[in-house]
Parts: sequence; C-alpha cells; structure tokens
Amino acid sequence: MGFTLAVGTFLQHLINGLTLGAIYGLIAIGYTMVYGIIRMINFAHGEIYMIGAFIAVTTFTLLLGAGVTSVPLALVIVLAISCTFTAAYGWTIERVAYRPLRTAPKLAPFISAIGMSILLQNFVMLTQGARSKSLPPVMTGGVTLWHDGDFSLGLTNIQMFIILLTVALMAGFTLVINRTALGRAQRACEQDRTMAALLGINVDRTISLTFVLGAGLAAVAGVMVTLYYGVIDFYIGFLAGMKAFTAAVLGGIGSLPGAMLGGLLIGLIEAFFSGYVSSAYKDVAAFSILILVLVVRPSGLLGRPDIEKV
Amino acid sequence: MAGPLLQLSDVHASYGPVHALRGVNVTVNEGEIVTLIGANGAGKSTLLMTICGNPKPAQGQILFQDKSLVGMPPHLIARQGIAQVPEGRRIFPRMTVLENLQLGATLADPAHFAEDLAICYGLFPILEKRQAQRAGTLSGGEQQMLAISRALMSRPRMLLLDEPSLGLAPLIIRQIFQVIEQLNRERGMTILLVEQNAYHALKLAHRAYVLASGEVVLTGSGRELLANEQVRAAYLEGGAH
Ligand SMILES: Nc1ncnc2c1ncn2[C@@H]1O[C@H](COP(=O)(O)OP(=O)(O)OP(=O)(O)O)[C@@H](O)[C@H]1O
Ligand SMILES: [Mg+2]
Repeated sequence: MGFTLAVGTFLQHLINGLTLGAIYGLIAIGYTMVYGIIRMINFAHGEIYMIGAFIAVTTFTLLLGAGVTSVPLALVIVLAISCTFTAAYGWTIERVAYRPLRTAPKLAPFISAIGMSILLQNFVMLTQGARSKSLPPVMTGGVTLWHDGDFSLGLTNIQMFIILLTVALMAGFTLVINRTALGRAQRACEQDRTMAALLGINVDRTISLTFVLGAGLAAVAGVMVTLYYGVIDFYIGFLAGMKAFTAAVLGGIGSLPGAMLGGLLIGLIEAFFSGYVSSAYKDVAAFSILILVLVVRPSGLLGRPDIEKV
Repeated sequence: MAGPLLQLSDVHASYGPVHALRGVNVTVNEGEIVTLIGANGAGKSTLLMTICGNPKPAQGQILFQDKSLVGMPPHLIARQGIAQVPEGRRIFPRMTVLENLQLGATLADPAHFAEDLAICYGLFPILEKRQAQRAGTLSGGEQQMLAISRALMSRPRMLLLDEPSLGLAPLIIRQIFQVIEQLNRERGMTILLVEQNAYHALKLAHRAYVLASGEVVLTGSGRELLANEQVRAAYLEGGAH
C-alpha cells in the first residue's frame, strides 16, 4: 500500500513534469533555432510566448461571447490566430531589432534584444493592464488512471492535449528541418551564410522564417499555458523564457533535439523538485542543474563542442 | 566565339581600409576559359567574390549578359547564372554529400535534378559512393569534387573556380583539370579560373590575366603568358611542373 502510493505519486509528478516540459521545449526550439542561424540569443522570445498567451485569452473570451461552444473548433481558431499574430511579431522583431545590427559587435544585438523584451512587456502591460487575466476552464475532464483510497492518479484532457500536440509539432518540425528544401536552406545558413547566398539562397528570408517558425511554436506554448493554468499576466514571459533558454543551453544551444530534451528535463526537474523537496525553490533547482551540466559538458547534452559559446 | 558574357570595368573593392581591387578590367567571352594568376594577396579571390556581390564593388561596372550586377545581392546574382566554387571549397560539412548537391540545385528546375545528379556522378563517381556520408568527412580531393559538382547543379551560364587544385595530390589535380577542360569543350561552359598552379591553368586557358596588388598588370592568350619572361620568373619557377 505504501509502496504503490509512492509509485502513484511518482507517476503523477512524471505526468505534470512532461506537461511542463512540453511547454518549455516548444519555447526552447525558438531560442535554439535563432541561435543556430544568427549566433544570438533572442531575449525577446519569452515575450512572444506571453503575447501568444494574451491573444489566446482574448480570442477564447471573444469566441465564448459569440457563443462558440465546440471546444475543438475554438482551439483551432485560437491556435491559428495566435500563431499568425505572434509570427508577425517574430518577423517584425527580427527586422527592427536584429537585422540592422547583424554585423555590429555582439553586445549591440544583445542589448537590443533586452530592450525589445522590456518594450514588449510594457506594451502588453499598457494595453492589457498590469493585473492578471483569467479564462474560465475551456477544456475540462480527464481520466483517472488509477486510484487507491484517497489517492488518485489523473491525466487531464488538457495534459493529454498538450503532450500529444507537442509530440506532433516536434515530429513535424524535425521533419521540416531534416527533409525539406526550407530545412536544408535553414541548415545551410547556419553552417555558412556566405556560401548559402552564393547558391541562390535568400539568407535574409531564411532568417526571417526562422523567427516566424520559432514564434509560432512559442505561441502554441502560450495557448497551452493559458489552457493549463487559466491565469496569465504580462510578466509570464520572463520566467518561462529564462527556463526555456536554460533548456536550450542544457540540451546544447543550436541543437534542435537538444532543445526538446532540455525542455523535457527542465519540466521534469521542476515537477519532481516541487513534489519531493520544495516548490518554493523549484526554479533554483532547474538553474542549478544547468550550471552543473555546463561545468561537466560546456556544449550541453546534445550540443556540438565546435559551436561557440554565448 | 560570341561577345563578352562578363565584363568588369574599373572595378574597385575594399574590406574596410584594405583596398583589395584597384580598378580592374577583365572580360570573359562566351565559351572561354579565362585564367587569373597572381601572387598571394593579389586580390584574385576578392575579384571572384566581388562578381558575386560580396563584397559589393565600391566603384566601377560589372556587366553579365549586358545586365549590371552592381548593387545586386549575392543570391540574385546567383540567379543570373553565375556559380562559384569558392576558395577553401566551403562545402557544408554537417550535411551529406547528397544534401550539398541538393543545395547546389536551389535555383534549378526540380525536373532536371535526377539528370544533373547523374552528370555529376558521371564526372566524379566517388561522390555517388559517398552520397549518404557527411561532407565534412570527405577527403580534400573529394570535397573539391563535391564543390565543383554543387556549382554545376544549378546549370550555370558561367563557372567561377577559385584555386580548385589547392592542396591536392597530382593525380587528383589532373582529374580536376580534365573535368574543367571537358566541361568547356563538351558543354561550352564559360569558366573564370583562379590558379596558383599556373602552368596547368595557363595551358588550359584561352586567355589569361595577371593580377598584382589589386590591378591587372598583364594580359594575353594562355600561350603568350606561358612564354612571357616575367610570368615564367614569377609564377613558373622551375619550368613545367
Ligand atoms: N574578409 C577580408 N577582410 C579583410 N581583408 C581581406 C579579406 N579578404 C581578403 N582581404 C585582403 O584583401 C587582399 C586580397 O585578398 P585575396 O584573398 O583576394 O587575395 P588572393 O589573390 O586570393 O590571395 P591567395 O592567393 O592567397 O588566395 C589581401 O590583402 C587580404 O588580406
Ligand atoms: Mg585567394
């Protein structure tokens, strides 16, 4: 009885960790792809995720007001709108804040990125208000996988949705990068931009597309977090962004599978640490593990040692 | 032979304070092999890169098929039908041989892909054996073959080759020069060839230019330059190799 309970608790933390890890992983892909192609950390990426969440809340609220009751329909509309708008943000950020500084010393785009992050936070705070916004539960229910006395091991529909959609998106994204002309162009620009241009690849457009795709995935994560927690504010991009960035570095910045693995690990560490040790210090745990891994393996878990460090 | 395919007039180019090209005039006619020789740092690679738009010429005119390339971004210059096998080969090391060739075909009609791939594998059979291998693991000679094949995959009107024989064994050098000659003779490919291996390159060339400190100091047919005393002294030390 004590033993089965322990196993049940463990599995519950695992499910929670996978859910969180999926969200971090989706955001981390944007960091890693942008780093891969322009060797720069897009510190405004967390804000893109936050904006995705705000668009999700607004759109859900409008749809509910308009009497849309079909959850799948509402989800599809919200995902489409959120991805479209955040993609436009991603594209614009690159054009405005990074492209003009592409040949400048590294410190310049770094500062520009932080400025862009603060700007977006304040923009959302001013237009949406500083208080948190909430959404009535859109997706409810779930399955009880196992129960024993007071304890029950559950998997909610939202968790299922988050995990399955993430797996599908990551598989699709991996396929695009590894198998399509767009993905080849993207990797060519990562390895040698000058040469890619000599072959007729439009490097600027490829970089823009990288931002757009990264922003789209972050928007999906924003929609997910809105569904999962139901409460958001203009500041959520900061911590989630830091953790996703940590995930990308942990997995090996520049590496696509690394970002996915790193996201998963950060999610699991957070869930288990909150469950077994202390939820107040869960963030410290994630960042400590990062430091440990980097001391032992500076290029991250799946990173290439030849890629330069930040 | 037809009129000029590529014409550079008074072309200047700089890297910051380094004035690498100082008023270069070079013409390449349709169907020609034109060789460019010169000492290290003379500006040969800069000349090829400037044609491709990186760096952009600071002054002067570059006409390709009577169209100005000045100010055009590199990827649009490539679209005009100019392919370069750059200095140092610059293959994509973490991609397979086949992916490198697919990237070479970026501008080509996908309907030609299988045919063009077969042509490249015909020229360099070793590439077919290595097609699933990461390009970074190829030998130097194989990488050079890949770089040439990648350039051919776009079906260019003109091929720019920057020291294709550098660092290769004599047998491989001979194979590479044979392919260059064959491309020109059988396919009428127009070629601008930069070489340190001046003897072979001049023998192959219809015409040649000698570049020194960013300026053309001598020009003539390949045969004339081979016989020229200054050229022999400076670039053909020890006679025929
Ligand atoms: N990216 C660059 N930045 C700054 N200076 C450069 C750059 N590339 C070339 N140069 C300078 O421009 C001049 C011409 O160089 P270039 O590479 O064109 O010579 P080259 O004739 O190709 O020499 P080599 O035979 O050694 O390849 C040299 O003085 C070189 O130092
Ligand atoms: Mg050179």
